[in-house]
Amino acid sequence: MIKLIPRAENSRAMIILSPIFALVLTALSAFVIFLFILEDVKVSNVFFTLFIEPLTDTYYFSELLAKSAPLIIIGIGLSIGFRAGVWNIGAEGQYVIGGIAGGAVGLYFYNVEGFWLLPLMAIAGILGGMLYAGIAAFLRVKYQVNEILVTLMLTYVAVLFLSAMVHGPLRNPSGFNFPESRMFHDSALLPVIWEGTRLYISFIFAILFSALAWFGIKKHMFGMQIKITGSAPRAAKFAGFDDKKTVWYSLLISGGLAGLAGLFEAAGPAGQLTPGLPQFYGFTAIIVAFLARLHPIGIIFSALLIALSYVGGENVQIDYNLPSSIIQIFQGMLLFYFLACDILIKYKVVPNKTKN
Amino acid sequence: MNYQLEVSNITKSYGDLKANDNVSLNIKDSSIHALLGENGAGKSTLVKIIYGSLMPDSGQMRWGGNSYSPKNPFEARENGIAMVFQHFSLFESLTVEENIILGLDGVGLNQNFTDEILKYSKQYGLDVNPQQVVGDLSVGARQRVEIIRCLLQNPKLLIMDEPTSVLTPQEVSDLFVTLKKLAADGCSILYISHKLEEVREICSEATILRGGELVQSCVPQEHSQKELAEMMIGKKLTELARNKINFGSEIFSINNLSEKSDDLYGVDLENINLTIRQGSIVGIAGVAGNGQDELMELLIGEKSSGDGVLNFNGQDVGLLGSHERRQLSMYFIPEERLGHGAVPDMSLEENMLLSRPDSSGMTSSGVIDWSNVASFSEKVIDDFNVQTPSSKMLAKSLSGGNLQKFMVGRELIRNPELLIVSQPTWGVDAGSANHIHQALISLADNGSAILIISQDLDEILSLCEQIHVLSEGKLSEAVDMENNGLEKISQLMVGSESHD
Repeated sequence: MIKLIPRAENSRAMIILSPIFALVLTALSAFVIFLFILEDVKVSNVFFTLFIEPLTDTYYFSELLAKSAPLIIIGIGLSIGFRAGVWNIGAEGQYVIGGIAGGAVGLYFYNVEGFWLLPLMAIAGILGGMLYAGIAAFLRVKYQVNEILVTLMLTYVAVLFLSAMVHGPLRNPSGFNFPESRMFHDSALLPVIWEGTRLYISFIFAILFSALAWFGIKKHMFGMQIKITGSAPRAAKFAGFDDKKTVWYSLLISGGLAGLAGLFEAAGPAGQLTPGLPQFYGFTAIIVAFLARLHPIGIIFSALLIALSYVGGENVQIDYNLPSSIIQIFQGMLLFYFLACDILIKYKVVPNKTKN
Repeated sequence: MNYQLEVSNITKSYGDLKANDNVSLNIKDSSIHALLGENGAGKSTLVKIIYGSLMPDSGQMRWGGNSYSPKNPFEARENGIAMVFQHFSLFESLTVEENIILGLDGVGLNQNFTDEILKYSKQYGLDVNPQQVVGDLSVGARQRVEIIRCLLQNPKLLIMDEPTSVLTPQEVSDLFVTLKKLAADGCSILYISHKLEEVREICSEATILRGGELVQSCVPQEHSQKELAEMMIGKKLTELARNKINFGSEIFSINNLSEKSDDLYGVDLENINLTIRQGSIVGIAGVAGNGQDELMELLIGEKSSGDGVLNFNGQDVGLLGSHERRQLSMYFIPEERLGHGAVPDMSLEENMLLSRPDSSGMTSSGVIDWSNVASFSEKVIDDFNVQTPSSKMLAKSLSGGNLQKFMVGRELIRNPELLIVSQPTWGVDAGSANHIHQALISLADNGSAILIISQDLDEILSLCEQIHVLSEGKLSEAVDMENNGLEKISQLMVGSESHD
């Protein structure tokens, strides 16, 4: 039928066109799925609610920005490791541990006012995430244990640990035995940057981290170290890069950023520690990073796209009574088509004319 | 004059590329005929056409006077054409006899060929034991198995593709005896090579190809090695000669270096000692897989060699990484280009940064000065005549010779006090090889020390004034070249292991 022929050099046109192809294919597939599951509703209405409405309404738009912040922060960290060939799949766990560590600091200083408290909580959140990802780094460097398995399994441990904390030591003493912590007091809550919405200062940090990562990857030897290690490990040794350090850096940076994102969630939209802290941001950020082809600025845009699917997805759940898994289906299809279309950058499709 | 094979005006194109353009070649009865040319000159295409695995676009062939156009190698073999490929096709776990039988058309494994194998073995000095497992054989012995397999088909023409590239000098001279006997008995030989001294020694005629076209057919003995090389590459070669040999003080030494290999199939290095003086070129000869990779890894600093074994300018460098060693003016060129000395999927500019002493100014506290990196890349490309549209090209898009020139240039513009290089011209075209050798010589003329690890004995002999041999992880003393030096090197290369 058809065959793929390697291109002599990467197609610049396809670098731009392949994401567009992926979006179109995702939309077409979504259309077909909606045709099957919707009764008495026009597919076009659902499409409007899903993709357009969140962009037209200021509240929805602020929600979109707010949801993108943790995705950007975690995605940036993951993209660095992915470039180096270090596969941290458990950002969700580091996010939870970061939330617990930072949140615990906030609760320890309950009702103590001071500008220093939030930075202290942020540092605790970062350290928590780093420590948790550091377990995987230690095991990989010391015993060649695969970091994919370690980080993934530790995610479940983290979620259960959060449950134990909010059922036990961190439970609100006057909370009628509900498994949640006290509400954080003012000094322990993130400042809002858009009055009347849930858009917190974390969004500004997300943009800052993207810029910083762009500098580190494009302008600094650190980026070369990461890229060369991921692309040609022996050449990295030849250049004098320590492969063990690369593993440590990759996991500590991605773990620290995931931990910070967890603290931002706890001290922002949640305002307390609850078993509902994990929102799958840690897993979704993997999609975000790959949709952006690991590019630090691209991650902002892919995070906004995925955030759109969250906000729009919630709306169609409410308006049309659709199942919540519609969001995951959408995100899964997007990544699938995106990776599939990317092959067009390196290969061209021609009709197969060989006999037999 | 009778011709066994006449090839007339063969043309074969791949798209726009003419791999063979109107090429003719006549092989006389009972003669050894050389086919000379650089990589990409069209030798393989021509041979594939003769052997039936490619069909020409136009042109004719005659075999023993009759029209000949084989549609597949099977047909070529039926006509009496046999070929020994550069890369052997033997099953390591089977015996010599089983391998030989498997290579014959229309023969079952139940037949017994021991006597016939021994007959050819004796007749042509091809020493093999039919019952030995091929996995235990040396490269030279494997080649003998391939030749016997061909002889069982009673060929009138035997094609040999780069037969000596992996052999020790002793094995080479044994092979020549065999080939001369074969030719005398009526089997013509088409000898593909780029080693001109060998061609002058055993071939009675040579056909030279360049860029898919026929340069000329000549009698190799009527031309000097340099003239043949110049016909092959189409331009003048610089004569290799040290201008001033001015040895200074000792700059680098390896002292009692022993190292167990991490790899199950690696070679353990045993008690290696070596000293290098300023201004000298020292060579380490030896067949690949005798510890060269393991030694290079320790010399570059990719693996720590521990205290007290590596001394550079009075400083113990055994614990330093490769970047720290470069800061002291030790530079390295590894054997593997793609994936070791260069990152295939990165541009030449990015690859420039693999070797980046602080003094180069390409980085300052880790921040990359890309404009500086670009100008250094341009300088390397200009100074070393690297053929590439720009310094933004991916390393993998360059030909072997051009990438090698870039890698050599990248280290040489730092004007190293010590350069350690493995296989500087492996798989590199003759023009680039000449350029690289010239650059190494002028570096040493200016007082730098160079250590060359190479399988190419000609290269070592033409460049080095101090030669050691690495065999089974042990390094010999410097070989005294005055009395039968070549013979001693040959014995040392084979080592204690006997291949009988």
